[in-house]
Amino acid sequence: MKQTILYKIYLFYKDGFASMTVGKTLWIIILVKLFVIFIILKLFFFHDVNKSKYLTEKEKSDYILNQITNINSK
Amino acid sequence: MINNIDYSLVDWSRAQFALTAIYHWLFVPLTLGLSFIIAIMESIYVKTGNPEWKQITKFWMTLFGINFAIGVATGIILEFEFGTNWSNYSWLVGDIFGAPLAIEGIMAFFLETTFVAVMFFGWEKVSKRFHLTSTWLVAVGSNLSALWILVANSWMQYPVGMHFNPDTVRNEMINFWEILFSPVAINKFLHTVTSGYVLAAVFVLGISSWQVIHKKNILFAKRSMFIASLFGLLSSVFLAFTGDGSAYNVAQKQPMKLAAMEGLYTGKKGAGLVALGILRPGHETERDNFIFKIEIPKLLSILGHRKTDAFVPGINDLVNGNESQKIMSCEQKIEKGKLAISALANYKKAMRQNNNDSAKKHLSVLNENYKYFGYGYLKDKNSIIPNISLSFYSFRLMVVLGFYFIALFALLLYLSIKNKIEKYKIVLRISLLSIPLAYFASVSGWIVAEMGRQPWVIQDILPTVAAVSNIKTNSVIITFILFAIIFTALLIAELKIMLKQIKIGYKEGGNENV
Repeated sequence: MKQTILYKIYLFYKDGFASMTVGKTLWIIILVKLFVIFIILKLFFFHDVNKSKYLTEKEKSDYILNQITNINSK
Repeated sequence: MINNIDYSLVDWSRAQFALTAIYHWLFVPLTLGLSFIIAIMESIYVKTGNPEWKQITKFWMTLFGINFAIGVATGIILEFEFGTNWSNYSWLVGDIFGAPLAIEGIMAFFLETTFVAVMFFGWEKVSKRFHLTSTWLVAVGSNLSALWILVANSWMQYPVGMHFNPDTVRNEMINFWEILFSPVAINKFLHTVTSGYVLAAVFVLGISSWQVIHKKNILFAKRSMFIASLFGLLSSVFLAFTGDGSAYNVAQKQPMKLAAMEGLYTGKKGAGLVALGILRPGHETERDNFIFKIEIPKLLSILGHRKTDAFVPGINDLVNGNESQKIMSCEQKIEKGKLAISALANYKKAMRQNNNDSAKKHLSVLNENYKYFGYGYLKDKNSIIPNISLSFYSFRLMVVLGFYFIALFALLLYLSIKNKIEKYKIVLRISLLSIPLAYFASVSGWIVAEMGRQPWVIQDILPTVAAVSNIKTNSVIITFILFAIIFTALLIAELKIMLKQIKIGYKEGGNENV
């Protein structure tokens, strides 16, 4: 019974994707966009500053403390 | 450590966030509003069984799908920016932002993988009622998804329900419900989503007007216009009420923003609202800072404080203080802020040295002055003044267009009911040309909200200069240019695909499964 429902859901999506027209173009755009966002931008340009520099929560909080208590405006 | 703040880094980081947020917001409001318009149209189809309503629903659903697909995930970039460009801020608010953003992410994921799929793929595969339920759930779900982001934004404007923990150097949530149901959050949610409804109604009216002008599916276009003008009229009237609520909240919680929105330098009792005016460039600190203005007497006091003779503080009162009104000067706040910052540093030092007495003393100073913490980073008292011209004109653009839309909806609803719409080509053309105006109004609202609260990222607690990461300015410039290219390409793609579908128009049996 469970498999039947899963199979029906699978068919629902399969048929839906197969019958798309404009959607095919949109999916290409979505996939290219996700690739650019998650692969190119995230990996090469947007590293998490706190996570990449420090491993433990204490290290991170010490880093931030240092940052926010030693600021002087130019 | 950031001993010397690079202001070009701060400005580029802000510019990048503004660019991505504005582009992201071009997609969001149409999703928020069009989803409800589609749900209403489909409800009529299910109720009447008239297949023409199904055609109408499917046509607008196609445009909804295009906007949804192009806009999806554009908001994730903002979250990347939090981690990279605003890492100090991210750490300081992580405990509070985590919950709303996680709920939003989970909600969006389930919404997008289930009910949106049923909406587009399920027309002939599920029952009419199940399909209709899915359409309504997409509408409600996308609006609830917006709720969590807006709650997070509201908290930055009015930080409540939290406590600063000096041990973790974090603002930590102590009362979720206080954050969720803060007056600023409730009003911001209602005002923002309703602005999306108005934008979507203008969008439907504009495209339908084009169809009527070009004699394409006139009957369907007129039916769409009736739904959109009625939906738009109700939404725009409600929008005006929530706008009033926003003005009240701003007056209570962010008086500098209100003063900037009004170009009000010297506070007064029974302050009038400048309905229209032109600021005098270069004379902003003088008493006569307007070239001309049309003022509605006492209205600002009424809007801001619900009293005709209430005192509305001006920029000078908030910068220099006003003893008679018990307004502390900015310089006093800066001193308190500096005390709080050094107390935090000394507390941590004392804790490292296991000097509990000293730590206790510094903690007491920190707690006493924490509400002014952010002022300690300001270089001078005038730093608390946001961009007056931008706040003033953006606010007026938003309000004037808001009232214009009420009139437009009322007129188009009247003409729709009287079935005279195709006779008034000029009205149809105005309706078509109003589409970009709806976007201008929507973005203007955000400019007022975000530029008006400068220099704060978190009101009074954290200014932009202290929130920014210590990274290279060049890297921010590169990603700024990348985003500008990516988003512009997405926008062009959306416009091209949408225009193609609009030209195709309504199809017999309904448009394809997108």
